[in-house]
Parts: sequence; structure tokens; C-alpha cells
Amino acid sequence: MLILQGKGVWDGVAAGPVKIYRPRAAVTVPHTVTDPAAEQKRFTEARRQAQTELAALGKKALAESGEKTAALFDVHQLMLDDPDYVENVKNLIAQEHLNAEAAVDQTAAKFAALFAAMDDAYMQARSADVQDISRRVIACLSGATDAPALTEPVLLAAHDLTPSATVALDKSKLLGFLTEAGSPNSHTAILARTMGIPAVVAVGACLDQLRDGQQLILDGAAGKIYVDPDAATRQKLLAKQQQEQKQQKLLADLKGKPNVTHSGRTVKIYANIGRPEEAAVALANDAGGIGLFRSEFLYLDKETFPTEEEQFQAYKKVLTGMQGREVVIRTLDIGADKQCAYFNLEHEANPALGLRAIRICLTRPEIFKTQLRAILRASAFGKALLMLPMITSVEEVEAAKKILHAVQAELSAAQIPFAKNIPLGIMIETPAAALISDELARHVDFFSVGTNDLTQYTLALDRQNPHLGQFFKPHHPALLKLIALAAKNAHAAGIWIGICGELGADPALTQQFLELGIDELSVAPAAILPLRQQVRNLA
Amino acid sequence: MQEFTYTIKDPEGIHARPAGVLVKEATKFKSKLTLKAGAKSADLKRIFAVMTLGVKSGAAVTVTAEGEDEAAAIAALSANLKANL
Repeated sequence: MLILQGKGVWDGVAAGPVKIYRPRAAVTVPHTVTDPAAEQKRFTEARRQAQTELAALGKKALAESGEKTAALFDVHQLMLDDPDYVENVKNLIAQEHLNAEAAVDQTAAKFAALFAAMDDAYMQARSADVQDISRRVIACLSGATDAPALTEPVLLAAHDLTPSATVALDKSKLLGFLTEAGSPNSHTAILARTMGIPAVVAVGACLDQLRDGQQLILDGAAGKIYVDPDAATRQKLLAKQQQEQKQQKLLADLKGKPNVTHSGRTVKIYANIGRPEEAAVALANDAGGIGLFRSEFLYLDKETFPTEEEQFQAYKKVLTGMQGREVVIRTLDIGADKQCAYFNLEHEANPALGLRAIRICLTRPEIFKTQLRAILRASAFGKALLMLPMITSVEEVEAAKKILHAVQAELSAAQIPFAKNIPLGIMIETPAAALISDELARHVDFFSVGTNDLTQYTLALDRQNPHLGQFFKPHHPALLKLIALAAKNAHAAGIWIGICGELGADPALTQQFLELGIDELSVAPAAILPLRQQVRNLA
Repeated sequence: MQEFTYTIKDPEGIHARPAGVLVKEATKFKSKLTLKAGAKSADLKRIFAVMTLGVKSGAAVTVTAEGEDEAAAIAALSANLKANL
């Protein structure tokens, strides 16, 4: 039995076979598919993605090393478009019911052999080009969104998982995951918490010690992974799992109960979500509303800007799904650890201090306007609130409001329905915003404290850096003073204040938050009921 | 149908890059375009077929075009070959 130690990001015990995920690794083992048409569609989509990547590489090559190198990517694109190549793959899928990866692999071998059989060394070497484009398609197939396809319930082991890969995983087959890298404060870890997936990150090099299918038990609370556990360990942990499941059941009994302390103090408990379909998870966990709908996942899942219509549909889905409950939609928060290639953002030495969130929206108002139009149009279908991230000054709020008013005027002129007085709030996630919260409170309708970034900016501590654990003090008095100041100023101005960062779910702080008069706590859906239990246990 | 014959001057023959340029040009036309080299021939819109003809420097190739825009295709491909091969 081997024991690996990392950092747990979601408590819970998960047991099952491990699946090792190495992104972009070619998995070409042939197998029979039951739906060749669907498999052909997979191939077509992967080919399209590979073409997009090649076009981007060609552009980069043109800029970096000139036309001659760029022309090679043209050749690669033509190869991928070659009807003989494409038909060969499609025929293998249609006639032999081969999986797309194997069909591409076999087609590559066939065309590579044509070149290899030629009588000149230059042409023989072109085999490599065929293999190159085919590997790219296979890579796209094995992770079109950079995420592994799960066929049975597994514990996923990877070097690291990007937020978009984590988002794209089939959660019904994901028992838990472990990563060699990562940090408990990364967005991937936050996603694990959102979905209640037992996970351990920052385990260190371990993939080479694992084999696919090996039995693992992952103990999220302890941050431990037991490889090939012995009978005694197995028994102990499965008992722990049962205990947790009992607790889950107990929590289910709390559904529908108010969030009220013994002395009668109440607080709203809302959910943080990142995808429209999570509204259902929020409701299943009895969320009073959505305190944070992270809109950036509409952008991160894409290869081009999401259209107004796509965004409108996503917001509308959440608003109708929440059946009249409040939904706080946070505008675009791209940048820092959430990057999108098509934004063409310049590489920054300090992305957390760079062009991110509202700063992108104010410098590229066309992106912001599209999002605002979509949110406003959706506001006709429920109770939407608008929230701006990364505010540091009153001027930013005024500039954003000016754009909002222009969009509202456009919609009115076009007689497109929208909620006329959509509440506008801001995130308090910079020390600057907390310190001038008295002024800011006069310009907005609510505050929501983003404790993750507020911690990072207050303690000068990179939340992506796995080596700073000992300096990460989530209960640092400086942070709590800033929250207290924002709460005092919010209430003095007659507006409400919530907490939507990770600290909102920290049971050790619930008492303190209630004493500060925090009106709303927005937490991962899976944390709602434990938090309700905590509130109800308070004096 | 129209056709023309051209002798490859590039010392490396029809190698990858000019083959790509030629095929890219060919795909702009609707006509059926064929490249003949000796006894073998290839569809000019298919890069694998064109490359695996293995046309070497000094070899004579014949381009044939058949279709509604054949005249334009012949003119364009002739210019393309002269410029690149």
C-alpha cells in the first residue's frame, strides 16, 4: 500500500479505479463503436478544431519566422482537408465501426507508408507530416476541450487540470480527482467544491507510480490517497465514507428550513455557480438564490467570443431555472488564472495585477456591451442583479454605468423588453474597494465580498502558488477588518452586503460574519446545507 | 478540356511547400483538374495524390482542366507553376 499526501480541496472519501489523464496523449487503441455516425461527427469536430489550431500556428509562424515556415502549416491544413485522407477515416468508421482515434491512426499509417515507399529521402520524410497532423486530430479527439472522456466511474489522476477541462468532465463518472500540481485556491479546486467532488491537489510527482485501473481511496479531508489499500485501511475509510453519507442524509433533512440562529438572526444563503446547468444543483441544495453566477465560463469553453444570443440563452436558463429567486450575474472576469486565447491578451508578467475583469470591459467596451445586452434581455425572464468584478475606484463604476445606460437606451429604442431597474452591485475584492466602500456605496445597490482575491491582494499572496501554504492565513485580521469596514459602510448607505468568496462557507467565521451584519453568504451548492446547519447551531 | 505542359525546374521537384501552393490554387476552381506525370496522374485538389506522384526536377508534367472555369484555371495554374516550380 502506497500513501500519497497532498492538499484536500473537498472533504469526502472516494474509492474506485484510477484513470490517469495525460492531456494530448494519443490514445489510439482500436475498439468497436456502436454509433458510427456519432463517431464520424466526433472526427469532423476534431478535424475542425485541429484546422483552427493549425491556422493559429500558421499565423504565429508567419509573425515569428516568415512565409516559408508558415507555408508548411498551409500544407498541413491541405493534408487535413485532403478528400482521400478524410474519406479513408470516415470509411473505417462507417464500415469497420472503428473508433475515430484508431481510424485516424490507421489512416495516418497508410498515408505515411505511401511516402515511406517513395524513392527519395525528402519524400520519405514527409511521413512525419502525416503523423504530425494525425496526432493533432487524435489529441483533439481525446480531449476536444482538453478534458478526458470518462466511460466508467473513476478517480482521475492528472498532472494538473485546467478549469475548462474540469468543467468539461462528465461529473456523473467522476468519483474524485487528484493532481500532482495545483493549489487549493485555484479555480479547479473551487470547481471541485462547487460540485462536491472529493479532490486532492498538490500531491507532487506520482503519476508514474500509478497504473490505470488500480484501486485507490481518496480521503479529501485528510488530503491523502491510498494506493492499493490494505483491508484494514479500506475498512476504516469506507466506514468514514458511510459516516459522511449519513451526514449528507442528515443535511438533506435541513432542506426547506430557515437559516436562523437560536437568537433569531437570519442570513440569506445563496449559491455560487459557473454554468447554467448548475442552477439545478443550487436548487437541489436549497439555495435561496444565486449569489454569484460566474459568466466567464461562457467564454472559457469557447474558441471565439460567445454571441449575444448564446449568452442571452445561458442567462435566461439560469433566471427561469431559479424560478423567481435572485440571480447575481457577475460580468466577465477573464484574466489572471482564467485565460482565453481568442481575447489575444498580451502576456503579462503579473496577470493578477494586469488587464483583467472590469479593466478588459472598460478598455474593450464592445465585449462588455454584448454581455450587458444579453444580461439585460435575459432580465425580462427573472430577478437579475448585475455585479462588476475587480472594482478599485468610483470612476470605474461610473464608466461602467455609462456603458450600461447606453445599452439600456439602445434596447429601449429597439423596444426590446428588459427589467428597467436592474440592481447594480460591485465585488469588494481589492483593498482599495474596501477602503473607499463609503464612497462606492453611494453609487451602487449592493456589495459582495470576493474573499479569494481580497485575500490575495491584501496579503500579497499568489493563490496559484503551491509553495505559499504556510503564509496563507485565511483568517488574517487585516482581511476581517476590511470586510467589517465594507459592511459598516454598506449598511450606513442603506445597501446590502454579501460574501461570495470561499470564506463565506468557512464555519469558523459564520458567527463573526453574522455579528458584522453580513446579509448574504453565497457558497458552493454543496456547502449550502452544512452552512445552514452551522447557522442553526449558533446562539 | 484544356491542357498545358510544363517542365519542373525546382531542383527538389514538387516538394511539400510548392505542392501546397499549387493545390491551394487548384481548389479555387470548379473544374476537374488533373496533373499527369509520365504514366501516373493525380487530382490537383488532393495534396497527398500530388505529392506522392513524386515528380522530380526536369520532369515534364501536363495539367488538364475540364469544366466551366477551365480557361481561368489553366491560366492561373500555369502562372503558379512558373512562379513556384
